[in-house]
Amino acid sequence: MATEPTTELPIIDRFGPHLSRMAGVRLDTGAEPDKLVKTHCCFCGQQCGIQLKVKDNEVIGFEPWEDFPFNKGMLCPKGVKRYLQGSHPDRLLSAMVRDGKAAGGFRNVGYDQAIKQVAGAIERIQREYGPDAFGMLSGASLTTEKTYLMGKFARVCLKTSNIDYNGRLCMVSAAAGNKKAFGIDRAANPWSDIPKAEVLWIAGSNVAECSPITTSYVWQARENGAKIIVVDPRITPIARTCDLFLPVKPGRDIALFNGILNLMIEHDWLDHDFIENHTVGFDALAEHVQQWTPKRTAEVTGIAEKNIRQAAEWWGQAKTSFLMHARGIEHHSHGVQNVLGAINIVLASGRIGREGCGYATITGQANGQGGREHGQKCDQLPGARDIANPEHRAHVAKVWDVDPDSIPGPGVDAYEIFRKIDRGEIKGLISLCFNPKVSLPDNAFVQRCLEKLDFYVAIDFFLNETARHADVVLPGSLQEEDEGVVTQIEGRVIKINKAVECPGDAKQDWRIIQDIAKALGRTHGMTFSGPRAIFEELRAASKGGVADYSGITWEKVEQNYGVFWPCPSEDPEGKPIDHPGTLRLFEPGTWNPIAKGAGPFYFPDGKARFNVAAYSPPTEDVDDEYPIILTTGRVVSQFLSGTQTRRIGPLVDQYPEPRMEMHPRLASKLGIADGEWATAESRRGTCTLKAQVVQTIRPDTIFIPYHWAGRKSANQLTISAQDPISKIPEYKVCAVRVKKADGPPAYDAELEAQQ
Amino acid sequence: MPVPEHFDFFVDPNRCIGCQACVQACAECDTHKGRPMIHLEYVERSTSTQTVPVICMHCDSPTCAEVCPADAIKKTGDGVVQSARKPRCIACNNCVIACPFGVPKMQSDFELMMKCDMCYDRTSVGKRPMCATVCPSGALFYGTREQVEQLRPRSRPINTFQFGHQTITTKVNMMVPAGPGGTPGSSSAEYVDVTSAMHDESAAGGSGKRVRLNVLEDSLFQFESDAVEEPDDAATTT
Repeated sequence: MATEPTTELPIIDRFGPHLSRMAGVRLDTGAEPDKLVKTHCCFCGQQCGIQLKVKDNEVIGFEPWEDFPFNKGMLCPKGVKRYLQGSHPDRLLSAMVRDGKAAGGFRNVGYDQAIKQVAGAIERIQREYGPDAFGMLSGASLTTEKTYLMGKFARVCLKTSNIDYNGRLCMVSAAAGNKKAFGIDRAANPWSDIPKAEVLWIAGSNVAECSPITTSYVWQARENGAKIIVVDPRITPIARTCDLFLPVKPGRDIALFNGILNLMIEHDWLDHDFIENHTVGFDALAEHVQQWTPKRTAEVTGIAEKNIRQAAEWWGQAKTSFLMHARGIEHHSHGVQNVLGAINIVLASGRIGREGCGYATITGQANGQGGREHGQKCDQLPGARDIANPEHRAHVAKVWDVDPDSIPGPGVDAYEIFRKIDRGEIKGLISLCFNPKVSLPDNAFVQRCLEKLDFYVAIDFFLNETARHADVVLPGSLQEEDEGVVTQIEGRVIKINKAVECPGDAKQDWRIIQDIAKALGRTHGMTFSGPRAIFEELRAASKGGVADYSGITWEKVEQNYGVFWPCPSEDPEGKPIDHPGTLRLFEPGTWNPIAKGAGPFYFPDGKARFNVAAYSPPTEDVDDEYPIILTTGRVVSQFLSGTQTRRIGPLVDQYPEPRMEMHPRLASKLGIADGEWATAESRRGTCTLKAQVVQTIRPDTIFIPYHWAGRKSANQLTISAQDPISKIPEYKVCAVRVKKADGPPAYDAELEAQQ
Repeated sequence: MPVPEHFDFFVDPNRCIGCQACVQACAECDTHKGRPMIHLEYVERSTSTQTVPVICMHCDSPTCAEVCPADAIKKTGDGVVQSARKPRCIACNNCVIACPFGVPKMQSDFELMMKCDMCYDRTSVGKRPMCATVCPSGALFYGTREQVEQLRPRSRPINTFQFGHQTITTKVNMMVPAGPGGTPGSSSAEYVDVTSAMHDESAAGGSGKRVRLNVLEDSLFQFESDAVEEPDDAATTT
């Protein structure tokens, strides 16, 4: 039973989150560093270049890296203060096993003993219940080498099909939509195309807070005369000065895209040549969107008809454009349909595959892109290969030197892994840098599932809320303690460089995984000398796949400030080439391994697909009992489940605790004033937070950021409805009722703001 | 080594996204040991997400220095106004009260006025100030006037400010809409009349501080649900 070994307060007392601030050598900001290490930020998908100042094996600060072309030295507050997580008092420095009598519920043990215990538990569970009874969850912030190793470890060493990753909560709707429309899953354009566009369409993306450096590209487009259309239920900082703000009712984005396409057809704002020569499926779509008249679109989306017409006119008549979207349209039980709706208006305009004509989803996590391409996603093998495809399996099996039949088939998504635990089908779990107790919806269910596990081992560098349930905790590595590549928002493969050594008994994650394999006596293919050797095998495993990294080397990455994939090592005739990487996808005349010259898109005929994007309301719509929409998201100073950022003092000072954002009209109706305690209740849970009364949100919607745990967690309320294709959860809409709280909640007296 | 003359500082609130990267980075500077000397203000959070980064404007004739009874605030030969000198500062707050831009802050635990010195430790050796280097939206920019003019064709730098009868010229420029040929409806004035702007009821929607959002005026929210009534004051105006 993986219940927490003790009550919450002793665990928090020992493991935090406590706050780290500038102190000691860090306060001496004039201290001369021993070295400056060029690397990248450890947080979001933009992966800004940064130089870490290192002194005496400690990261003591940063210096902007102005040569790096994506961010040119720019950083958001998280990047500036990231260095405060190294040498943090909460850092796990030893392996631990649960012991209810020990302070904080865990007792330190020797690393080798812990590894033996983990291997013993894996062996026992798999012997008793079969290989699939042991599941794996990993993270999209890991280097591509680590994610490759995790995928190989699951399939070759554990022989379990049950592996998935936390990118499932992030971008899979975009990935699935991209594959259905383009046959490839990557932002189509480099960000340098943004300032060259006449019109920018930003859908469901709080760019300023979730990917701040992207703002500079958007503002430059505005300076160059671009019209900016922002679709969001909140007036985020990017919406404040846009040209057209469309305050969509959460969950109704497909209706808007269909309505726009309807107007594009009516006014003949279409690129007929492009549709004819480079796409299939337009006629069926055109017939479908006939029902989406401006009037009906306005009724469903809550956007004024006049503004829908204005958006269609600007979008339809532009010569160049860039459409970008993020979790706002993806975190839905019909997230893939939303994405397809967005792609449809891009394809109908014919504005893709050219300079200044772009389309992209905005990657949320550090390696959201590379992390899913190379094997930790439940249905993919390295190179974005399909695990169910016999040819794909054969290629990877040869690289792995195993029988193709020995590779397990497709597994289930991260949420379904918990449902399998609930049903008793999965008995043991290993997690690496994933905190589902905070980040998955309906987290009371997640906690119940964790408590059902026979055995749970967590690898992490802080004891996150999920790892508190572990039987064994293995101390992993911070980003600056290892090296390898990640693939950032534009599809640029970049290099993370090691700045310091792991402290104490902490180990690089790839060592820990291989040590478990060794203790299991299953060392086949799990004896890499380091990340470079893993990357070399990954290159071979991805060769010829859609996500072809075979022409990328670490040296090439460092020399060129990154290399955009696909980057094959051979030309179409099989001759070795030094490929420069693919800056922009779908350029006319380009070759790919699927179309083989038939066209720029990744289907056998080389043509993109229009897909009918059918509208359906959110799974849980409002009603008399729960009349208000809850939507969730981020704030700029916190990241994901807050494991790292809720420990960094200056970031916590900036936004210390979650607040419930609501419009003055709603607040007035409920009798709640700014700063007063308010309680939101859904069918799954209750959450009491301070109200923030602002006019910058729809009056029928409240917003809560999701970075906090326990009784402050927004995911106590959210619904576990998932998209049927991508399995992404519907974080952006559920029904709640809100009332004024009688007074401060009980937690307010015992917990610090960030806990 | 002086701060290069051809490098200027530009502040553009139109670009500010309120992320506080500038504040967090400023605290990293060598001279003030973990304390930020820049601050970020929400103009009125209840109605807008508009924020403004506030740095020292480095006035040609700094009022803070003029009112200092202890002669603690010095301006360098290259035009940078420094924090108060510790041996001289008497923590009287005259500078805090007098600065028309609201910049100096009294650090009560040090009994010392500290403020932005344009990262003198960096700018005087050829580096850019920390806040302007990291600012992810370009709201703070340090470079040449030619660079700004090329990058910002719809904006114009102004470094003359009118406060009632007082005219102040500064080393730091505010970016304003370019006027004719640039953003429609903007001014082509050669100075920013701060006092008038604070009292311009018509331009500011009935409240001197209220920020009008540059989005379509009639993009009012519509509701299917009767959970809340339709607003008449949704923050969606031009």
